[in-house]
Amino acid sequence: MNLNELSVLSLYSAMAVYALAFIAFSIDLAKRSSAVDAADVESAKAGAGEAVASVGGTSTLTRISARMANDAATPYGRSATLRVGVSLTVLAWGLQLVATVLRGIAAERVPWANMYEFSMTGTLLIVSVYLILLTRVDLRFLGTFITGLVVILLGIAQQYYVEVAPLPPALQSVWLVIHVFVASLATGFFALGFALSFVQLLQSRREERVDTDKTGRLKFLKTLPSAVTLENLAYRTNIVGFILWTFTLMAGSIWAERAWGRYWGWDTKEVWTFIIWVIYAGYIHARATRGWRGSRSAWLAIIGFAAVMFNFGIVNVFFKGLHAYSGL
Amino acid sequence: MSRPSDHIDSAPAPSGDGISQPKLGFVGTLRWFWRQLTSMRTALFLLLLLAIAAVPGSLVPQRSSDPNGVTQYFTDNPDLAPVLDKIQAFDVYSSAWFSSIYLLLFVSLIGCVIPRTKHHLQALRAKPPKTPARLGRLAGFTTRTAPAGTAPAGTDAATAVAAARTVLKQGRYRVALFDSPTEFSVSAERGYLRETGNLVFHSALVGLLVVVGFGSGFGFSGQRVLVEGQTFVNTLLAYDSFNPGRFFDDTELDPYTLTLDDFEVSYETANLEAFGQPVDFTAGVTVTPRGGDAEDGAVRVNDPLRTGGTSVYLLGNGYAPTITVKDPEGTVVFTDSVPFLPQDANLTSLGIVKVPDGLAEQVGLVGFFYPTQDESGTGSYFSSFPDLQYPVLTLNVYAGDLGLDEGVPTSVYSLDTDTMEPLATRTSDIQPLELKPGETQELPNGLGSVTFENASPDAAEGDYSGSVPRFASFDIHHDPTQGWVLLFAVLVLGGLLTSLFVPRRRLWVKAVEQADGSVRLEYAGLARGEDPALESAVTALADRHAALLERSAPVVPPVEPA
Ligand code: HEM
Repeated sequence: MNLNELSVLSLYSAMAVYALAFIAFSIDLAKRSSAVDAADVESAKAGAGEAVASVGGTSTLTRISARMANDAATPYGRSATLRVGVSLTVLAWGLQLVATVLRGIAAERVPWANMYEFSMTGTLLIVSVYLILLTRVDLRFLGTFITGLVVILLGIAQQYYVEVAPLPPALQSVWLVIHVFVASLATGFFALGFALSFVQLLQSRREERVDTDKTGRLKFLKTLPSAVTLENLAYRTNIVGFILWTFTLMAGSIWAERAWGRYWGWDTKEVWTFIIWVIYAGYIHARATRGWRGSRSAWLAIIGFAAVMFNFGIVNVFFKGLHAYSGL
Repeated sequence: MSRPSDHIDSAPAPSGDGISQPKLGFVGTLRWFWRQLTSMRTALFLLLLLAIAAVPGSLVPQRSSDPNGVTQYFTDNPDLAPVLDKIQAFDVYSSAWFSSIYLLLFVSLIGCVIPRTKHHLQALRAKPPKTPARLGRLAGFTTRTAPAGTAPAGTDAATAVAAARTVLKQGRYRVALFDSPTEFSVSAERGYLRETGNLVFHSALVGLLVVVGFGSGFGFSGQRVLVEGQTFVNTLLAYDSFNPGRFFDDTELDPYTLTLDDFEVSYETANLEAFGQPVDFTAGVTVTPRGGDAEDGAVRVNDPLRTGGTSVYLLGNGYAPTITVKDPEGTVVFTDSVPFLPQDANLTSLGIVKVPDGLAEQVGLVGFFYPTQDESGTGSYFSSFPDLQYPVLTLNVYAGDLGLDEGVPTSVYSLDTDTMEPLATRTSDIQPLELKPGETQELPNGLGSVTFENASPDAAEGDYSGSVPRFASFDIHHDPTQGWVLLFAVLVLGGLLTSLFVPRRRLWVKAVEQADGSVRLEYAGLARGEDPALESAVTALADRHAALLERSAPVVPPVEPA
């Protein structure tokens, strides 16, 4: 078995373990819902539900404590399933790291030069960003989203599998290393920002319902931070993504100048990079515009990430342009 | 007004502002319009509109980046294309509608940035604002008390505040002291850089737009094909095609010379999955500046040569077989290395030879060159490897009017055979001529002969590696504004980083002397914009302050916040 075959094997194993982690995280969401039910029963017994609220309210501080309180409506403490989910994710991440590094060694270059490799490295970075943020903020509730997304993307990536090949002259540049890597890293942050904005929208719907005294189906939301907290987290994640994306755009221009003799030419890929940049600039503005903070700006973050995925999955593969190196 | 009135941190406008106001008058209307244009809402709307407007240009080919695609689109959609053309769908990024969106956005941007800059310059000189009467409502409110008696001698309210001032100054806060008979306080502010960064960011965007907009006007781009051994002098006439910017003056051309000494290509042969894939292209060149000494250089993909104020890019390459045509007496009527355009990855190449004079008739040759010739099941030829392993040239021969005499410019890469008589083609009686390097064949009808010259006739039998010269096509650019573009881009990025990550905050420390002689210390902060670390900053301040007081006095046990 050569290095590339090992890489493929390792990647398959990673996908299997991610799938297991996904299951664990899903079970955890179900458990959260029943915890909410239990807490509701208790609070009904206690009379007003005040007891629960004050326990869970502002006092459960995570490591980012000084910065952000976990202000969930219902406290949700230790969960074995959650720990299993995280451990499996770390294990899968390790396997994927091995797969990616082996691929790079087999190819004798950075492992991000065609669609298959972009997908492999890109999803590795998504999980890396997630795991790093986990050490600072408790975002374990996003586990289903992250592992689910990664399994799907890696599954699609199998369609694009190509054998190891050397870099064509058009890609032999340090800017390949920098530009593509930073773009993938930005994607990692945008993915998390997207997930947070999405949960924020669900949460604010729930919060509105609480005001009207109706209950929704997604009970586990009660164990998650408030919509405002989620929005702040999403914002912080997205602005990091935005800065990386700004850098991606600039590095891309510098590379384009070296490779094609012009720094900007409205090539399809350039167009979409620009569109994404402008959408996120709009998102940042929306947060600062009265009447747009909250759900409306969250929608922009969601549209922004949809554009990122479109740029990656559709523009790379189906659109014609100079960036024709998806390796297909 | 520092920020647009609908900024989230601005106080809501009093109702009756704007639309609902009765008669505005002309100036009033203008002012109202200007206020709308420079509002956050308009900026947001225009940004989103810009994103949407950019989409069509990725769906429909653009003249600027893909002119052939546009021609093809017209052929494929004869009904739709003219309609789309009317709305400038093939020139989206220079269209009236796209331009008006971004110009409006930038007018809005300038209208937004100027008042903010003025305000910011004032704020930079102003003292931090007076300490609010009640700190209790503000972020991170903390109180600590130095009980009577334990307080070190002289730790009265005034000294405590003086110590706080020192701590804050060390933390690079701008400070101001305020006092009243019963309380002393220090008001501190930091993070002016946040607003500076934001203003630099937005202003640099304007700079970027201006240099990008005007930049191309001062430069030029030109193309030139060189066969190995050929030399190019950087003058207008030497270019195959030349596109000057609006303000470019050809006398600015620096007439250096550039010789293509050799063109080296290496192909992958070890990895069977990528067999024949090019691994490296290097054009070895000699550059001689005017009045200077010749220097060796190289042009590679991704690695242009910068010389004489221009950048030389390697754009394409291929084979340029040397073809000689003689009349029946053996007089040479044509000899040249003709660049053949690659048609596929294995460099099956197509080239044209036109012989207008010297033969009994005008002759046109349509040549196919196969660097490594192979035959398919149906008997047609193809190339199975891009390098010269078994080179074969086939020539279709046409006679008649080459169409060169009408004065209409014709491309050297195409031949209109409609008006010509096919003498040797796949469908005529005589099959196309087939030559290997060094071979000669008779032209049909006794017109003369054609030779495929071998560029290295002395090579060993069967070694064709040097038999056919290669050509390289170069793009030569000059853009004097590129440095400015980079500068503004760096400012954009720098401004963005500071404006998003430098926290702007106010902190206050207040010392109140209590009736029992103890001093109550109050700390609080206020964020301006996003500031996740505000509360910990207040706590840290209280701790550092306590430590400083402690150092100059016996232990003052901190009291837990209420
Ligand atoms: C080309 C158009 C524009 C782009 C790409 C853009 C982009 C951005 C970005 C990325 C930020 C966040 C980073 C920072 O704070 O520096 C920002 C902030 C801001 N922009 Fe713009 N902007 C544009 C036009 C405008 C216009 C026309 C206005 C005025 C109406 C404006 C007002 C602001 C304000 C007030 C902020 C600070 C937001 C805050 O307080 O968080 N921008 N802009």
